[in-house]
Amino acid sequence: MTVRTREEMAQRLALDIPNGSYVNLGIGIPELVARFVPEGRTLIYHTENGLLGMGPSPEEDAGDPELINAGKRHVTAIPGAAYFHHADSFAMIRGGHIDLCVLGAMQVSQHGDLANWSTGEPGAIPAVGGAMDLVAGVKKVYVITQHCTKDGEPKLVERCTYPLTGRGVIDRIYTDLAVIDVTPGGFRLVELSPGIEFDDVQQRTGAKLLPIHE
Amino acid sequence: MINKQVASAAQAVADVFDGATVMVGGFGEAGSPIELIHALIDQGATDLTVVSNNTGSGEVGLAALLKAGRVSKVVCSFPRTANSTVFPDLYRSGKTTLELVPQGTLAERIRAGGAGIPAFYTPAAVGTPLAEGKETREFDGQEFVLEHGLKADFALIKGRMADTFGNVIYNKTARNFGPIMAMAARVAIVQVEEVVEPGGIDPEVVVTPGLFVARVVAVANPSHESELVAAGVTYP
Repeated sequence: MTVRTREEMAQRLALDIPNGSYVNLGIGIPELVARFVPEGRTLIYHTENGLLGMGPSPEEDAGDPELINAGKRHVTAIPGAAYFHHADSFAMIRGGHIDLCVLGAMQVSQHGDLANWSTGEPGAIPAVGGAMDLVAGVKKVYVITQHCTKDGEPKLVERCTYPLTGRGVIDRIYTDLAVIDVTPGGFRLVELSPGIEFDDVQQRTGAKLLPIHE
Repeated sequence: MINKQVASAAQAVADVFDGATVMVGGFGEAGSPIELIHALIDQGATDLTVVSNNTGSGEVGLAALLKAGRVSKVVCSFPRTANSTVFPDLYRSGKTTLELVPQGTLAERIRAGGAGIPAFYTPAAVGTPLAEGKETREFDGQEFVLEHGLKADFALIKGRMADTFGNVIYNKTARNFGPIMAMAARVAIVQVEEVVEPGGIDPEVVVTPGLFVARVVAVANPSHESELVAAGVTYP
């Protein structure tokens, strides 16, 4: 079974972002999406630490410690960018002014609940950042993730066992195996990765998967 | 004549008292007021409550203040960073307690505190462990959680330039929490690379109006946390 690479997952997701969208990309696989925006589309990237119009990483050694993204990595600002303070940045998020947010996940439930900040283990240092605000306020929230954990456990489940980031917040999930919508009836297949069968995905999903809507 | 400039970082933090609540600006190293924090370590105030997005890295700046045992509680959204070992140790040993707050809720609590709003409802964290035990209310069929404004006795902030009236401009993403912490603190202390006379900053571009700022201090070449950590510097 050949599955989509991280890059191919990001490339697939990028196809679905309309021209002119204001987009917030989470840390990890979500960051890759920016590399694959189809030609002719302009997206404006928001990073919640206070920049709209985030550009690509600078040349090595050209980084400015005071120009970073939410992952605390050096970035650039495009012509037409704007800086703002944190309360304004989260007013953009919570106020529904950002079109799309792409996040990683530990678990997503069939009702669109997301768990992506804590495994709830004792002794772990809890850290949440802006994820709870993003899922509560951004117009559309997509998850991009491997379909299963490294141990082969499904990440798409009936009910999250990890502490939630938000309840009923996820619209669509892009994995190495498939694209899946969260619908009122549960997970619904949108598209299989090339060479993947429905049963391959169902076997690796911890909840019922509805077939592609004809 | 108003002149908010003080001669040194030491003078700027001289009256921070034991048990004070201190807001510390910065997101990661961007906007972290390293020189003011180091002056506070030298000054000796302890049993502090620190409100800050992160908990520093290495053993400089905020991490050094924690390491020195001066902080009994942090109010924070992301107390976990690469090279961050000081806070995890303090947290696990129970020496420093943590109030974990979603980042946007933290920002709005600070803004509200500074704007005279005692509490507000937010959709963030509804249905999660961070909303447990908090009052919730429905508006237009959606559930929201009540969060309280945050105020502080002092704020330590890093800007790029200030005038002697206390008007401040910032540098890029180092602005982050500076403007709202200046509003929420009784005594906001801002370190800047350059202090100019009134009129030296175009009123159209002032980000923090001077009435929010109590003291400004010039630190011409401020340190960056990552450079200090890479060089193996520890403080004191």
